[in-house]
Amino acid sequence: MKTLRDAQVGQTVKVVRLHGEGAVKRRIMDMGITRGVEVTVRKLAPLGDPIEVTVRDYELSIRKADAEMIEIE
Amino acid sequence: MDKKIRIALAGNPNSGKTTLFNKLTGSNQFVGNWPGVTVEKKEGRLIVDKDVILTDLPGIYSLSPYTLEEVVARNYLIEEKPDAILNIVDATNLERNLYLTTQLTELGIPVVIALNMMDLVRRAGDSINVRELSKQLGCKIVEISALKGDGVEDAARTAIDAAKNGKTIPQHRFSGPVEHALAHIEEVTVHDLPEERQRWYAIKLFERDEKVMESLHLSDEVKAHIERDIQAAEKELDDDAESIITNERYVCIGELLKGIYKKKGKGQLSVSDKIDRIVTNRVLALPIFVLVMWLVYALSMGAPIGGGGISIGTALTDWTNDVLGGAWLQEGSRALLESWNVAPWLVGLISDGILAGVGAVLGFVPQMLVLFLLLCILEDCGYMARIAFIMDRIFRKFGLSGKSFIPMLVGTGCGVPGVMATRTIENERDRRMTIMTTTFIPCGAKMPIIGLIAGALFGGSTWVATSAYFIGIAAIVLSGIMLKKTKMFAGDPAPFVMELPPYHLPAWSNVLRGAWERGWSFIKRAGTVIVVSSIVIWFLTGFGFVNGKFGMVKDLYKDESLVNDAYTAQVAERMGIPEDEVEPMDDSLLARIAQPVSIIFKPLGFGDWKPTAATVTGLVAKEEVVANFGIMYAYDDKDGEEELEENGNQIWDRVAEDFNAFSGGHGKLAAYAFMIFNLLCAPCFAAIGAIKREMNSRKWTWFAIGYQCCFAWVMAFIVWQLGRTFAGGMSAVGLTLALVMLALILWQLFKPYQEAQKLTVK
Repeated sequence: MKTLRDAQVGQTVKVVRLHGEGAVKRRIMDMGITRGVEVTVRKLAPLGDPIEVTVRDYELSIRKADAEMIEIE
Repeated sequence: MDKKIRIALAGNPNSGKTTLFNKLTGSNQFVGNWPGVTVEKKEGRLIVDKDVILTDLPGIYSLSPYTLEEVVARNYLIEEKPDAILNIVDATNLERNLYLTTQLTELGIPVVIALNMMDLVRRAGDSINVRELSKQLGCKIVEISALKGDGVEDAARTAIDAAKNGKTIPQHRFSGPVEHALAHIEEVTVHDLPEERQRWYAIKLFERDEKVMESLHLSDEVKAHIERDIQAAEKELDDDAESIITNERYVCIGELLKGIYKKKGKGQLSVSDKIDRIVTNRVLALPIFVLVMWLVYALSMGAPIGGGGISIGTALTDWTNDVLGGAWLQEGSRALLESWNVAPWLVGLISDGILAGVGAVLGFVPQMLVLFLLLCILEDCGYMARIAFIMDRIFRKFGLSGKSFIPMLVGTGCGVPGVMATRTIENERDRRMTIMTTTFIPCGAKMPIIGLIAGALFGGSTWVATSAYFIGIAAIVLSGIMLKKTKMFAGDPAPFVMELPPYHLPAWSNVLRGAWERGWSFIKRAGTVIVVSSIVIWFLTGFGFVNGKFGMVKDLYKDESLVNDAYTAQVAERMGIPEDEVEPMDDSLLARIAQPVSIIFKPLGFGDWKPTAATVTGLVAKEEVVANFGIMYAYDDKDGEEELEENGNQIWDRVAEDFNAFSGGHGKLAAYAFMIFNLLCAPCFAAIGAIKREMNSRKWTWFAIGYQCCFAWVMAFIVWQLGRTFAGGMSAVGLTLALVMLALILWQLFKPYQEAQKLTVK
C-alpha cells in the first residue's frame, strides 16, 4: 500500500482512502483530506518532519506518522 | 420586557473572526474563559444594537467531539441555543470553510453567512455567485471585508433579523443509503425533539457520536436498532459511518460549488507562497527562526536602548522601576506619609509593603506590553504557525507543541509573560504541559541566586550558570516525558494536522487589542496576588514576639528590658548561632516559621532557617532570595551608603561559611542542591497568578505548583544524597531513597506510551 508518506516533494497524488480510526482520522478528514481529493506535497520541515501539503487550495502541515494513514494511488 | 438577543459568531481559525468580532462590538467586550477549560471566551454588545450580545466561539474547523474548542463551541450551540449564528466564511478558502457551514445549518438555529475577503477573490480574477450560493445553502449571505469594515454593519443587522424571525433549513443531502439510515434513526429516536433539531441529532447518532448518545439516554433496544441501520449503510458505502458523513459533506460542497465558484486558473505562486519558500526553506528556516526569536527577545527584554541594546521594553521597565516605582511611588509616598505624621509601621506597610509590591508588578508591564505586541504580530501575520511547523519534531517528543518554544524563550526573561504566551498553543494538553514546565527555565530574577551560589561557593565559576540552564531544560524534558504518560495528561489526543495560513500584514487593531488584553489581565490578576503576598511577607519579616511581647521586632530590640543577656542567649540557642550575632530578624515571625519548616530541607542538605526563609520569601519574587540573604547575613545597607550587589558578593564569605557549617562540610553540594531547589520549585506569586489565570482551574493550578515543588525536592534530594556519597559522607537511608526515586523516574521515562485517541473533556 502506498501512503502519503511515500509521496515525493512536488508530487500531486490522489487519496484513495483513509485508514485508522477515531480522533486522528476524523481530524484529517475534517481538514479536507477525503477520498478522491488531490494532495500536493509541498515540502519537508527543516528537521525532516512534519510535511507541508496543499489540499483544497490551502496549506496544511501533517506529521509523517499521520500521513501514513492516508492511502494514495 | 423583551428577551435579549444572543448571536454566536462561528468560523474557522484564520478566517478574520477576531477582526470581525472587534469591528462588531468595538470596546464593549468582556473577556474570560469558558467554564473549567483554558479556552478563552469573549462576549460583547453589538455596536448597531446594544441589546444584542455576540458570543465569539473558539475558531473551529468542524463540530466533531474530538477537540476541546469544538466541544466548547458545540456545547454552547446546543445547550445555550443562541438566537442566531453569524458564520464568517473565508471566500478565499471556500471549500473548507463551508464544511463547517454545512454542520452549522443542521443545528436548527438560523445561520447568516458573513462572506469575508471577497475583495481578494475578485482581485485574483475569480468569481463567486453569491446569490446562488445563498440559495443552495439555505441561508442569507452578506459580503464583508472585516479588515476594512465594509458590510460589517449589514451583516450584524441581517443576523439580528434572522434571530427574530429567520429559519435555516439545511439544503444539502447525503447519498441514498445515508439518507435512508437517517430517516430511520430520526423516526425511532428523536421524533419528540423539536423538528428543526432532529436532523442534527440523527446525523450525530449515525456518526456514533458518544457525547450525543449519552445525552439522549437511549434504550439498548433502540441502540441496537439504529446500529443495524448504520451498519447497513457502512456496508454499502464501504467505510465507517463517521467518515461517510465527512466525505459526503465535502462531496456536497464540491457539487454545490461547481457552477458557483469560477477560478481563473491556478498554478500561480501567491505572495504568501513566495515568502514561505524562504521562511520555511530547509536550509534557511532555522537561521531565520533564530533571528526572529532573537529580535523578539532583544526588543522586549534584552539590553535596553542606551544600554548597548535595542530593547524598548527594558528601557521603559528600568524607568518604571527606578523612577516611577522606586522614587515616586515608594520614596514619594514615604515622604508624604511621614510629613503627615503617620505611624511608622503604617508608613512601612504602605511604602515598603504595598507600594513596593505594586511597583514590582508595574515594572514588568512595559516589557510585557512590548513582548505581547510582538507575539501578537507573529500570531496575526501567520508566522506562529510556521514556528510550530519548524519546531514540532523536537517538542512533540516531550509532550509539548512546537509553539512551546516561545513561552520557554520568553520564560528566560520572566516566567509571567512566558506562562501567558502559552495562549497561542491550540491543544489544551500541550498548553497545560507548557504552562507547568515553562517556569523551570531560569528567569531573570533567578540569575542573582545563581550568581550568589556560584560566587560564594564555586569561586565565580561560569559552569554553575550554564548548568542552571541545562537543569532547566532537563527538567522540562524529563517532566514532559513523565507527565505525558500520567493519567492527568494521557486522556487527550495530540494535534497532528495544522493549517499554515497565508501570510498577511497584521491587523493593527487586533494586535494592539490583543497585547493590551494580556497586559491588563496580568496587571489585574498578578497585581492583586502580589499586593496581598507583599503585605504578608512584610508582616512576617517585620513583626514577631520578643521575650513574650508582640510588635515590630526592630523597635522591641531597642527595649533593653526585653532584650537582656539571658534572652539573647536563649535566641542564640534556638537559632543555633553565636550570641553576638543575634539580630531583631531572628525573632521575626518568618524566622519562627522557617525554623521548623527547615526540616523539609534537611534531607536536601540545607536544613537551616536562613536558606529556608530565603526560599519562602522567594515566592514573592525570586529577587527576594538574595535580598533576604543580605538581611540574614547581616549585610548592613541600612545607611544606604553601599547597596547590596545583585549577586550579593559582600556576603559571599559568610554564606560559604554557613553552608559549610550546616551541611557538615559539604557546603558546595548543599549550595548546589539549594540552587536546584530554588530554580525548579514553585515560581513567584506573580507567575503562580499567571498559571492560575491560564489554567483557569484551581485543581490544575495546585497540581502544577505541587508538581514543581515535588520535582524540585526530589531532584535536589538525589543530587545531595548521591553527591554526598561520592564525597564520603554517605547516609545509607538517604542513598537508598535517592536510588529508589531515581529508579522510579527512569521507569516512568522509559515505560511504553500509547497516544490516546479520545478526548475526555465533557
